[in-house]
Amino acid sequence: MRMPTLREIGNEAKLLLIGIPVLIWTLIPIYHMFLFAISPKQDAFAGKLWPDHPTLQNFRIVFNQQHYFLRDFWVQFGNSVVIAIAAGVLTLIIATLAAFAISRLRIRGGRTVMNLALFTYFIPAAFLAVPMYRTMGNYGLLNNHWSLILAMVTIASPYAIWVLKQASDKLPLELDEAAIMDGATPLQLFRMVYLPLMLPSLVAVGTYALLLAWNEYLYAFLLLSKDTEITLPVALGNFLAADDSPWELLMTTGFIYALPPAAVYYAFRRYMVGGLTAGAVKS
Amino acid sequence: MLAPYLLVFLAFVVYPITYGLWLARHPASYVALYNDPVFARAVVNTLIFLIVGINVKMLIALFLSGFFVQSRTWIRWLSVLFILPWAVPSIPTILSVRFMFNPEWGVINNLIFKFTAEDGPNWLNDPAIGLTLAILVHIWKSLPFWTLILMTGRLAISNDMFEAADVDGASWWQKFRFITWPSMQTLYLTCTLLSMIWTLGDFNSVYLLTGGGPADLTHVLSTLGIRYLRLDQLDLAMASIVCAMPLVLPLVYFMMKRLSR
Repeated sequence: MRMPTLREIGNEAKLLLIGIPVLIWTLIPIYHMFLFAISPKQDAFAGKLWPDHPTLQNFRIVFNQQHYFLRDFWVQFGNSVVIAIAAGVLTLIIATLAAFAISRLRIRGGRTVMNLALFTYFIPAAFLAVPMYRTMGNYGLLNNHWSLILAMVTIASPYAIWVLKQASDKLPLELDEAAIMDGATPLQLFRMVYLPLMLPSLVAVGTYALLLAWNEYLYAFLLLSKDTEITLPVALGNFLAADDSPWELLMTTGFIYALPPAAVYYAFRRYMVGGLTAGAVKS
Repeated sequence: MLAPYLLVFLAFVVYPITYGLWLARHPASYVALYNDPVFARAVVNTLIFLIVGINVKMLIALFLSGFFVQSRTWIRWLSVLFILPWAVPSIPTILSVRFMFNPEWGVINNLIFKFTAEDGPNWLNDPAIGLTLAILVHIWKSLPFWTLILMTGRLAISNDMFEAADVDGASWWQKFRFITWPSMQTLYLTCTLLSMIWTLGDFNSVYLLTGGGPADLTHVLSTLGIRYLRLDQLDLAMASIVCAMPLVLPLVYFMMKRLSR
């Protein structure tokens, strides 16, 4: 093995000088949350950086719903799951159909729809929330899971259409021509040629919509309010209303809530990074 | 095949926006808004949030994108961890930060007490500190995404130019100034504009950290609309959003033009 030169050591040291603060900055809030999740109550509030007796007691309390704030933990967890999956699937269906029509069939008006979608994509979600809240009220959907699902589909599909259109434009047109020569109808073309080729992008977009709905706080807290209808993030927000919030349980619940998206993200990391960053900013 | 999306667009974008604009049609709303000191403060806060937050974030992202493109195994591992703030939902992490700054049992004041034997400040009770922390939380959350985007920009630059520059003995600054920056400046500008739109829509960083307080002094436009909504002043909520449109629409127009080219 070759000995590193002085210059290389200096370079490595400079990189570490950047890397270490970056690591600390990234992990602190997450570590703080994790620390509280595994600390017994008295250790947690003593400002220790690692508990003397790490414990899973907090998780047991959350899973068994043994606190006033956690009465409906599993119901709320289930609500989050159902809403996220429904929003993911619906977005995927709507966006795939639209992208196929715009990019492959070149339907008339496709460009306009694309621009409408882009317009929605650029409206800040917090600004759309106010009229959306009233709209859901007018439709009689408040406190109904459909309101949040449809709101999430509205917000996710423009970006989904955009990403899928970008990806489908890259597929060679000769494929379609060959399939049509063989007598394929547009529907067969869609099912047998288009969908299989688009699979990686579909995974990226479906995951994106799923995570968006799972992570959403603002719309969830506006549109749903009954304890048995709300999603986990709203339940977490409700902890704050109390003067004597059980912070160790709040952090534990938060940790449990943050795990699935992190796991999904890391499982699909390749698709996500490639598919989504390419769509965000066309370079 | 376009029908499902058009249906969603009509029902949940066109109708709400039209209805919202109709609700915001009374000039009286704007007078009331103008006379509400919370509104003026929110506008100033929003501008501070945008100007400071975005520029600090984008410059750090530009810098870190250069760090993360270095090929080292440990840097690759670090980049995997670095994505976490973006990958996890914001509510638990922002609440975690909020808890860290709790004056009585937060870890920050615990540490201050340990070392100085004095009580630390009540951080979030100071609007300036509250807003600064909200900006930091916003940066913490969105920095990974922009770093990733700018990294793809850097990776697209051909290596030959850097090799040629190395042969000529160029310094790292000269390489950045004459190779990296010229090929990335359009991307950087686009990112900055897109980031402006998204930052305007960032409700969580302020709402979950300070709740707009103390005394409604840390509101930004995105939390202000929701504040009026909760006070049952829907016309004011909509009017405050309409007031943000001169800022939003040019951005939207520019981004749409750039992307639909």
